[in-house]
Formats: sequence, structure tokens, C-alpha cells
Amino acid sequence: MTQTDFTKLVLPFKDKVFRLAKRLLVSTEEAEDATQEILMKLWRNREKIAEYKNVEAFSMTMTKNFCLDRLKSKQAQNLKIVHSNYQDNNTSLQKQVENKDSVDWVSKIIEELPEQQKIILQLRDIEEYDFDEIAKVVDMNPTAIRVALSRARKTIREKLTNTHRYGIK
Amino acid sequence: MVLNSIEKLLEKYDNGETTLKEEQHLKAYFAQEEVAPHLESYKMMFQYFNNTKQELYTKDVPLKPRKSYIYQWISVAAVAVLMLGIMVPKVLGGEELVDPLAGLTDEERKVYTETKEALSMLSSNFNDAASSVNTLSLVSTSFNKGAEKASHVSEFSKTTDKLIKKKKTSKNKN
Repeated sequence: MTQTDFTKLVLPFKDKVFRLAKRLLVSTEEAEDATQEILMKLWRNREKIAEYKNVEAFSMTMTKNFCLDRLKSKQAQNLKIVHSNYQDNNTSLQKQVENKDSVDWVSKIIEELPEQQKIILQLRDIEEYDFDEIAKVVDMNPTAIRVALSRARKTIREKLTNTHRYGIK
Repeated sequence: MVLNSIEKLLEKYDNGETTLKEEQHLKAYFAQEEVAPHLESYKMMFQYFNNTKQELYTKDVPLKPRKSYIYQWISVAAVAVLMLGIMVPKVLGGEELVDPLAGLTDEERKVYTETKEALSMLSSNFNDAASSVNTLSLVSTSFNKGAEKASHVSEFSKTTDKLIKKKKTSKNKN
């Protein structure tokens, strides 16, 4: 497999890998390092991955495991990653300030979710994977995934309505 | 889309039962500016999902270094082969002159020394023969000397013959 073949193979999902890593590791730098690590691993095993049917699902599983390992070692060191970069929204200034707040809320709420729910929510609501693909990545049956997803969505909305009301009152 | 059907979809969504297509309907609906006030929290969620989806990985991954290393090693190998090509024939050529028996077994060595001895004996006999040939040549030179002396004798006999003839003629005259 040449370098161009590899880039073509990796191009469709390298952003997804990055976003999943960022969802779990929170900091952009950490997520970039993790993505690079994953891509280098794929490149090193490029002869083997050519045989896989679903390289994307395989890479996402790798990313999930890698990030969870990273978090474990981080917890052991008693370090906390500080989240300091937010998304730019192309709307009017007032809306922008408002949105920034609400977007901030959503991401903070998701940060508080358990890892499993974070991954499932990320794969479903942001990457729009179907349940079979998610099942491959997280190694769970579709019903359990639905339950976890439902729980995550309800928690987010509950907390969001609470903070929203506090904001008004 | 009618608000009623959206609310139904949202209920399914909360239970994790919506299909991807239905979720796309919801996303399209909440992408609008105006949304019913009691659905504001959903709007924030979907907006957040939409925003995060646009985040891209822009860093380059360094995949090249491996290849350049290979080329470096190829040049090193080429130099090594060149050096060997020059050195090996010199070393091997010198060895061949020094010891021609290197590749022989013990038996072959024995045979070699035996033939060598036989040949040297033969050559010494040749030398003896050559010295006896020398004595022959000495004999021939003394023969030549003898022949010369004999010629002296024959001249002497000629002169005696002449003298005898003169005596006879003088006797006849007398």
C-alpha cells in the first residue's frame, strides 16, 4: 500500500477519529496527539488493515480503547485536563454570545456523562452511525446501546432545561 | 413540518428509537432560526451537534521518514559492495600464489610429494648422463689431437719418400 492509497483510505474518517478523541480527552492537543498516534499505528500495520472489511469501525474501536487507556493513566497521575477552546459560530454578535453559552453548556454536560454514554452519543448524534456500526465499536448489543443513548439524551436535556431556567430567573 | 409530528419524533428520540432518517428531519427542523419556545433545549443540543461535526483534524501526519531511511541504507550498501568488489579479488589472488595445495586432501598431498620425488630422481639421472657425455667429448678432443700428430707422421713419411726417390735416381745415374 503506497502513501497515497493510505491517505485515501484514511481521509473519510480521520476527522471522526479526532472528534471522538476530543470527546473523550476534552483537550484539542491531547486529541490531536491521539489521532496522530492512531494514524501512525494504522500506517505501521497497513498491510494487515488492507484485509479488513470495515477499516473505519476498526479505527474507531482503536481510538476508543486508546483514549480510555489514556484517561486511566491520567487519573492515576491525578491530572485534570482543562478545556479552553470553543467553537466559532458564524451568526450575529448577540446570537454568538448566546450560542457560545448554550454550546458551552451542552459540551460541559456531555463531559459529565459516563464514558460509555459519551462514546455512544458521539457516534450516533454527531457522526450519525447506525446501531450495527456502533455495536461493532463499543462491543454491546443494539438494545443496550439504545438504552444508554436514551439515558444520555434525557440527562442532557434535563440539565439543559434546568440551567436555562436558572439563567432566566 | 407540523409541530405535532416533531413532538412525536422527539419523544421517540428521547427513547433512542429514532432512525437516522428521522433524526435528520429533526436536525433540519432545529437548524431553523425560529423554534417553538418549549423546544429551545432541543435546539441547543442539535446546534451543538451540528457545530462539533464541522470540527476537522488539520494536522499532518509524518508518514515519510521511513522511506528516506531506506534510500540512505541503499547507498551505504552500494558503497560496501563496491569496497568488497575491490578488496576480495586482491586478497584471494595473493592466497592462491602462496599455497596451491590449500584445497587438497591428505591423500592427494601424499601423491603430489611422491611424484615430486620421482621426478627429482629422474632429473638427477639425467644429470649423471650429461656428465658422462662430457667425458666422451674429452675423448673426442684427444682423438683430434692424435689425428694431428698422425698428420705430422704422414708428412714425415712424405719427406722420407722423397729422399728415397732421390737416392734411387742418384744410384741410377751412378
